[in-house]
Amino acid sequence: MYSCADLKKGLKLMIDGEPHVIVQFDFTKPGKGQALYKCKLRNMITGSLFDRTYRSGESFEPASLEEREMQYLYQDETGYVFMDNRNFEQVTMSADTLGDDKYFLVDNMEVKILLFNGQGIGITLPNFVNLRVTQADPWVKGDTAAGNNKPATVETGYSLQVPSFVEQDTLIQIDTRTGEYVTRVKE
Amino acid sequence: MEPNWALARKRPALEKRARILQGIRAFFVAREFLEVETPQRIPANAPEFHIDAVGSEGWFLHTSPELCMKRLLAAGYPRLFQLCRCWRQGERGSRHLPEFTMLEWYRAEADYRALMDDCEALLQALLPQGRLTWQGQAIDLAPPWERLSVREAFARYASIGLDEALGGGRFDEIIALEVEPHLGLQTPTFLIDYPVQLAALARAKPADPRVAERFELYIAGLELANAFSELTDPVEQRQRFARDEAERRAAGKPPYPSPEKFLDELAAMPPAAGIALGVDRLVQLLCDAATIDQVVAFTPEEL
Repeated sequence: MYSCADLKKGLKLMIDGEPHVIVQFDFTKPGKGQALYKCKLRNMITGSLFDRTYRSGESFEPASLEEREMQYLYQDETGYVFMDNRNFEQVTMSADTLGDDKYFLVDNMEVKILLFNGQGIGITLPNFVNLRVTQADPWVKGDTAAGNNKPATVETGYSLQVPSFVEQDTLIQIDTRTGEYVTRVKE
Repeated sequence: MEPNWALARKRPALEKRARILQGIRAFFVAREFLEVETPQRIPANAPEFHIDAVGSEGWFLHTSPELCMKRLLAAGYPRLFQLCRCWRQGERGSRHLPEFTMLEWYRAEADYRALMDDCEALLQALLPQGRLTWQGQAIDLAPPWERLSVREAFARYASIGLDEALGGGRFDEIIALEVEPHLGLQTPTFLIDYPVQLAALARAKPADPRVAERFELYIAGLELANAFSELTDPVEQRQRFARDEAERRAAGKPPYPSPEKFLDELAAMPPAAGIALGVDRLVQLLCDAATIDQVVAFTPEEL
């Protein structure tokens, strides 16, 4: 069982017999009062979102899900296709189910697929992925401040803020947990 | 290696933070407050039911500099302030850090109303333009700020009344979820006169002993400060600590020792008022930052 202290973004809980994932989490506490744990939960089967606030002392059942290592193959009209390299079984997941995770899929990438009754309901990505910048404003000459940023788009269509010195065609590392730029990748 | 970009991006906030700390010092020094530093590792904190201390080799990191500052008051220092780090176990959220910066100040021979005046003057000193915008909400800082009693705030904003919330053990939940988001939106709000059972170290109001002379300051729904007219009766204080400690044990929490030297010296303390203000949240507000993470150089996760 989990306690309130275990609650965090990404944690998977069983609520009313269905797996749910915490998609937003905030801890709050009136100065001298009781701690409250504000969660936005997504039902991992239906995708529906709702808010719930828990108070310290409550406990939670972990979601019983099967997790399998699989390889990302390709995207087609049915969705995103993954394969288990040991038995060649394939699982297809829709863009809706994947959410923003779809932007961080690189061909042949190893991911963990979450299965509930044989159906793919979510993936766990590696913490970092390397993606190539396909669009970024040119570097303004003389701008050397390390903290300056500008928008950029990577090959999967994902947009993010990058330091001003990152140019088009640069390979960059992105933290899939936050969706933020980490560093340039030496090639 | 490339510089840490996320850290480099914080530079404007960290520069503003430094100016705010300098402004706070200048404000109190000009008003003849003595800046003090008291130990951050102490044998005992004030035992409060909902505040958990971080242990340190049998002692504790302080959850607030309150007890040592009051011992100074009791020894005859009339006006004191301190800017220091405090630690509270398990507190981490968009407005909470387990290690944070606290500003506390104390006035002898004063009550909580003097602290409200101080708050108004401090914000005016830090923001001479007299207004600020936080996350799209424009706030007029011209004094006097709104003074709203806890009872009135429940009547105005909560789905249930104050007595029902207290009886059902739902006070904190209702305050945090239903009341706080409405407080301090156009002008800062002093939420005043807490039920006396919610005032660990505060004095009961002479005109109405059902409430304590305690207030919290809210700006843009952010809780910034907690203040009260100090309880100076060591007998009553000892009883309240014993009650809080009994509640802690009943809830299965680790026992805390009683701060005996503080309780002994409390008898010598003059009438006084004291306030604790969360500096990180103040900086968050003045930097228009959505989360507390944006105004500290490092969060625990980044270490």
